[in-house]
Amino acid sequence: MPEDSAVLVDGLTKRFGRVHALNGLDLEVHTGEVHGFLGPNGAGKTTALRIMLGLLHGDEGRVEVLGGHPFRDAVALHRRLAYVPGDVTLWPTLSGGEAIDLLGRLRGGLDPRRRAELVDRFDFDPAKKGSTYSKGNRQKAALIAALSSGVELLLLDEPTAGLDPLMEAVFRECILEERRAGRTILLSSHLLAEVEALCDRVTIIRDGRAVESGTLAQLRHLTRTSVTADLSSVPDSLGGLPGVHDLTVTGTRVGMEVDAEHLAAVLRVLTGAGLLGLTCQPPTLEQLFLRHYQTTAS
Amino acid sequence: MNRAMTGTGVLLLLALRRDRVAAPFWVLAVVALPVGTASAIAELYPDASQRLALGMTIMSNPALRALTGPVYDAASVGGLTAWRATNVAAVLAALMSAFLVVRHTRAEEESGRAELIGAAPVGRYALPTAAVLMSLLTNLVIAVLLTAGLMGQGLPVAGSLALAGAVAGVGLVFTGVAAVAAQVTTSARAANSIAVSVLGVFFLVRAAGDAAAVDAVSWLSPVGWAQRVRAFAGERWWLVALFAVVALVLLVGADLLARRRDLGGGLLAERRGRAVAAPWLRSPLALAWRLQRGPLATWAVAFAAVGAVFGSLAASVGDLVGGNEQIAAMLARLGGADALIDNFFAAQFHLFALVIGGYAVQAALRPRAEEIAGRAEPVLAAAVPRGRWLLGHVACSLAGSALILTVVGLAAGFAHGLRVGEPVRQAVRLLGAALAQVPAVWVSAAIAVLLFGFLPRAVAAAWAFLLVFAVLDLFGQLFQLDETVRMLSPYAHVPALPGGEPAAGPFVWLFLVAALVIGAGVAGFMRRDLAAD
Ligand SMILES: Nc1ncnc2c1ncn2[C@@H]1O[C@H](COP(=O)(O)OP(=O)(O)O)[C@@H](O)[C@H]1O
Ligand SMILES: [Mg+2]
Repeated sequence: MPEDSAVLVDGLTKRFGRVHALNGLDLEVHTGEVHGFLGPNGAGKTTALRIMLGLLHGDEGRVEVLGGHPFRDAVALHRRLAYVPGDVTLWPTLSGGEAIDLLGRLRGGLDPRRRAELVDRFDFDPAKKGSTYSKGNRQKAALIAALSSGVELLLLDEPTAGLDPLMEAVFRECILEERRAGRTILLSSHLLAEVEALCDRVTIIRDGRAVESGTLAQLRHLTRTSVTADLSSVPDSLGGLPGVHDLTVTGTRVGMEVDAEHLAAVLRVLTGAGLLGLTCQPPTLEQLFLRHYQTTAS
Repeated sequence: MNRAMTGTGVLLLLALRRDRVAAPFWVLAVVALPVGTASAIAELYPDASQRLALGMTIMSNPALRALTGPVYDAASVGGLTAWRATNVAAVLAALMSAFLVVRHTRAEEESGRAELIGAAPVGRYALPTAAVLMSLLTNLVIAVLLTAGLMGQGLPVAGSLALAGAVAGVGLVFTGVAAVAAQVTTSARAANSIAVSVLGVFFLVRAAGDAAAVDAVSWLSPVGWAQRVRAFAGERWWLVALFAVVALVLLVGADLLARRRDLGGGLLAERRGRAVAAPWLRSPLALAWRLQRGPLATWAVAFAAVGAVFGSLAASVGDLVGGNEQIAAMLARLGGADALIDNFFAAQFHLFALVIGGYAVQAALRPRAEEIAGRAEPVLAAAVPRGRWLLGHVACSLAGSALILTVVGLAAGFAHGLRVGEPVRQAVRLLGAALAQVPAVWVSAAIAVLLFGFLPRAVAAAWAFLLVFAVLDLFGQLFQLDETVRMLSPYAHVPALPGGEPAAGPFVWLFLVAALVIGAGVAGFMRRDLAAD
């Protein structure tokens, strides 16, 4: 396995009875990157993370985490990684602070200064009993335990569900700090804005299979740019150009979606047609995402 | 019906649907026990003279009286059935009702499902009302089926109705107890423990009163009233009505409490905890201990009290015979008053061991509760070997049950010793007798671990095993079951101590069985998938 892969998943399948949760998932997380693991509910994100943690067994395929086998090497690996589950439950009779310390110690210790700092930044009350926290506060407890552990790899399963916008901003700061400190982060999410703001690379998963993977720039490259132009005259050939989709003409204003590799040629035609005004919009992840789901749904 | 009750009907249907397996199982158990007893007694003791002889044995055996209460009419099949089955059936009905009410109220709120329902057009009190109605309905079904079942055995209508009324009546009272408990606590676990503790105290009060033949003490306990309905022996109908009155008072109390609190909140306020964990809280065993020490302390204190009460009663056991010459003669044959006392302790310790088996099973199933709640996941995602996590909880179960047996043995021995003037000697002697039960209790826990390792969805079967052991031990002789069948219970292999011959053989192999079964359970858990919620 190459030195620079923190997580390597190859052709992973997992079935629960008749449900195929994973159908040959491929995923590679490079060391030192923030990797977005994007997919709608039920896509198989949590199942994949649980297999990486050795909590579930995959049926077929290969999984390596930090160069080790997730099940056989579980204890050694878990000293080097931290996990924040999607739905955090705390012990009703333990305080949040006790849960944070316990989880940190079970992993091999946590940095008390970082813990105190995070408790403060997340505005977390560590002396309340576990049964009295809201979902967002339970999430914070798990995040504080993971972020103050100083491990190499963070596996975060939809960690911001339940956080208010203020806390989400704190979370983003923390993730960027962790990346600067050289940690690898796998961030599962169904929030496009979050992945766009934080991740170096993204893997999009649907029905237990990776449908797209790469840097945001690469993924954009695969997709269409929205182009709106004001022309002195609209050439008839426009609709027939390769790579042009969804052409709309209103007077001398044209709107279209253009495949990235044909963008240069289309712009040349537009310039030749007396270009008066031009707006180009790179696709948002949102569009990219919707396209994937629409094409396969139809 | 006002707006706060809107949706009760829908919720009741939902409860019926969710309980379509559990409720019939409980109903069957509560009904089958008395009906089966009636049938067995009619078959095994067909003559009135045989039945009177049995009644004589009962009267001379305080251990039996502690378990089952007094017999009011030994001459009739119905009278003996009421003596043998009323208490156990009433306890089962109480447990069923309490668990049912908590399951459909506090557990719902805790899981957040109640919030979902609360957001739908459903009134504030619909959830508890539906839970109580569900319990009332189930107890009504029990009463009807039990009456019909006993009449089917050829027993008189009035007695059948009275026995059924007594059993369902205790069920009603505990419907009320659980409804109150669900209002004052914030967790289903706490609400269940309150209800079970109340039942335990009532059972103990009755058992102490009946064993010592102090009727006034037994009258303090609704569990004691059940037998005092005197089914088949001059029924006291007003007592059946008393159950309904007490239940109604409790339900009104629960309703008043419900008006004073928010959804999810409880009346017993949560205390603040520590902001930083204690230094020792750093291993899976430490976590298991932290989670289990509270319930263990409760059990230990309760059994210290139980031991003290029964220990201080034991010396009176010989006096009970009173002026009855027939019984006195039988007693002499059995070896005199000392033998009778030993017999009393041996029978009590056997009974305690079955109950403490309940603690051991519950503690051994704690990992399953942690797994389902999603609290096992973060721990096993840390650097914690699966085996160590599981064995931490198993250790609490094994050591905890041994501790409870130690406490009950010492308390009983010391209390009895004070009366006979040798506290230390009796404490040591009865400690040994109580500890003899340890391996059988551990086998119960081991079964739970095995199920957890291989059939995690079926862990409730560990309770079924314990129930079967209890039925074999408590009813095996009466039903004249085959020796090999009765020996299926691990508790049957423990020699009767004090008094009996201590033998090493059963201990060695009961320990071995427990160790092997636990080992297999751990091995199964090492391999399997962790449940995803
Ligand atoms: N323990 C389980 N038993 C049965 N089906 C499951 C189980 N866990 C997950 N699934 C199913 O597998 C699929 C993937 O689920 P999950 O990994 O939780 O998706 P995500 O985290 O992306 O929302 C879903 O269809 C889900 O219903
Ligand atoms: Mg998920």
